[in-house]
Amino acid sequence: MSADTTNPVFKSGILRWIDDRLPILSWGYDEFVAYPAPKNLNYWWNFGSLAGLMLTIQIVTGIVLVMQYTPNTTMAFASVEHIMRDVNYGWLLRYAHANGASMFFVVVYIHIARGLYYGSYKAPRELLWMLGVVIFLLMMATAFMGYVLPWGQMSFWGAKVITNLFSAIPFVGEPIVTWLWGGFSVDNPTLNRFFSLHYLLPFIITAVVFLHILALHQFGSNNPTGIDISKKDKIPFHPYYTVKDSFGVGVFFLIYAFFVFFAPNVLGHPDNYIPANPLVTPPHIVPEWYFLPFYAILRSTVYEQLFTPLGIFAWFGITAKLMGVIAMFASIAVLFVLPWLDTSRVRSARFRPIYKWLFWVFVADVVLLGWVGGQVPTEGVVWIGQFATLYYFIHFLVLVPLLGKFERPSRLPESINKPVLGGAPGGAQAQPAE
Amino acid sequence: MRYRLKTLLAAGGFALLSSALPCLGGPAAAVEGEEPLLKREWPSNGVFGTFDRAALQRGFQVYQNVCHSCHSLDYVAFRNMELLGYNEDEIGAIAAGYTVNDGPNDDGDMFERPGRASDHFPPPFPNAKAAAAANGGKAPPDLSLITKAREEGQDYVYSLLQGYHDEAPEGVTVPDGSYYNAYYPGHVIAMPPPLSEDAVEYADGTPATIQQMSADVTQFLAFAAEPTLEQRKQTGVMVFLFLILFTGIFYAYKRRVWADVKKH
Repeated sequence: MSADTTNPVFKSGILRWIDDRLPILSWGYDEFVAYPAPKNLNYWWNFGSLAGLMLTIQIVTGIVLVMQYTPNTTMAFASVEHIMRDVNYGWLLRYAHANGASMFFVVVYIHIARGLYYGSYKAPRELLWMLGVVIFLLMMATAFMGYVLPWGQMSFWGAKVITNLFSAIPFVGEPIVTWLWGGFSVDNPTLNRFFSLHYLLPFIITAVVFLHILALHQFGSNNPTGIDISKKDKIPFHPYYTVKDSFGVGVFFLIYAFFVFFAPNVLGHPDNYIPANPLVTPPHIVPEWYFLPFYAILRSTVYEQLFTPLGIFAWFGITAKLMGVIAMFASIAVLFVLPWLDTSRVRSARFRPIYKWLFWVFVADVVLLGWVGGQVPTEGVVWIGQFATLYYFIHFLVLVPLLGKFERPSRLPESINKPVLGGAPGGAQAQPAE
Repeated sequence: MRYRLKTLLAAGGFALLSSALPCLGGPAAAVEGEEPLLKREWPSNGVFGTFDRAALQRGFQVYQNVCHSCHSLDYVAFRNMELLGYNEDEIGAIAAGYTVNDGPNDDGDMFERPGRASDHFPPPFPNAKAAAAANGGKAPPDLSLITKAREEGQDYVYSLLQGYHDEAPEGVTVPDGSYYNAYYPGHVIAMPPPLSEDAVEYADGTPATIQQMSADVTQFLAFAAEPTLEQRKQTGVMVFLFLILFTGIFYAYKRRVWADVKKH
């Protein structure tokens, strides 16, 4: 099977008339119907279109929720309860939206992990990867501000903790926080601007998603072997991947629906069903689960225990708090430069015997950080968090760059039709880079 | 195909795991040495869970006669009580039993009138300050969402109501006007033991033990926290049936479409 990109013949004269003047139809056809995709994509490749689907669901449910929601500190909480109780299927909209955020992050984390495992970030797909990181950052900002909108206890105190991080910036920190809040505390102006931005950012995400797709289609999808493949090994996106993705959507929706209908509050925090009260601090402020690994990096960065030597930075005016903020942002910034940190020319971990394991160690490390982020930071938890934080950066800054030089990749297949058999003739021997 | 399915299952498992993880790690773990909550199989639990109407009606009696003297139920309207099995007339009568502040009228005066089905439960105190002033400085919390606003909400409320000890254990000082409760965080609670044997006389003749009343009012509060629970679960079952069918059809269709793609 091979994909031949032939010009679509629109049967309808009207469609032809439109497409002659505004070629959006043939663009859509080329990108989403005829798009030649590798025929060997496995189910890990389903998560890209699932992410697009989740973005759509979030935007649609969000727009409808806004029709009943009131962004005012005195009314926000009650308006959410109004949605839950009085609006027809309001409970469904809200639970689908709140759990949809979690599902969106599940999908995107798997999508990112797939890129890491199969080396999808490597040349010539660096910009594609970086646009993905931009989407991830925008998603985090959107989700954070969305969680503030119900104006429960965790909304309020989460907003307070996170916006307060900016106060760590030397000299201008405090004015910046006041500017972010629109006042001297998290209050109505804060809620209003968060609401405004929470509505805006998804559309910016949508725009970046189109750039992401544009960059993807420039060189085509990577595939599980990571090798460049010829046209004859590609098949048109429709019907092969539309039907495969639809099946994936069914399986994914079963999981999503389980949370929406049978465990809608499991992923949330009970404190957010208590109206925000600036005078009562919850005993244990935790962000949503999808932020926990990064929250753990933030909190683990104290000049004590394992990180005592970092105390030297305090002499240069970098407080532990500021260092934590830097570490947290660096943990994402490092993804931007990953294409250049990875010196191995072999993309897929299938042919990288050591990286294959390091990938799973890294996944375990992130899961461990997530656990740490949800705990009360006792001494033991801080030790674990610090080692996990250190390993996170060692993975990207030491192991990944060195591995390309020392790891001996296994034999790469010539094409996806010829998997490497022991000593099969014609198998290209991959050399360690430089 | 076997390999593909395995990958798929792994993907699903990973998704579930990554979502379930925070539930294990997220909430603050129970402090060591704390008494475990009294647990019950609540009829609204589970995929097919529904409310027990008789228990809700009894629980409503407890709320009405005991809790309502201090605790508001702001988000619940009398019309919501239809779900308890009351008909329109009965709801009208329940609502009329309450006095509601309304106004201003055409003369600019506030006035009192009997409640209507569309009214929400009137609060026991005119405002939060009044509630705090009448209760030793801290307003009793609104109960509309209490079972959703606590970890394991139903078990917590049920336990709390039965968790009063006359004698605080050694080493715990209970200040005047406070009480020892085994399940309250910190154990010192300002709420006096609300329930006593036969505090209400159940219309259906059920003996009003403290345990019975605790269980009933807990279920009533679970209803108050989410009157749409039954609709949600029933919709969920239909959605699952549909999705299983949808997924099955697409799996078969996928295999058929892919049959002509040569493997390797």
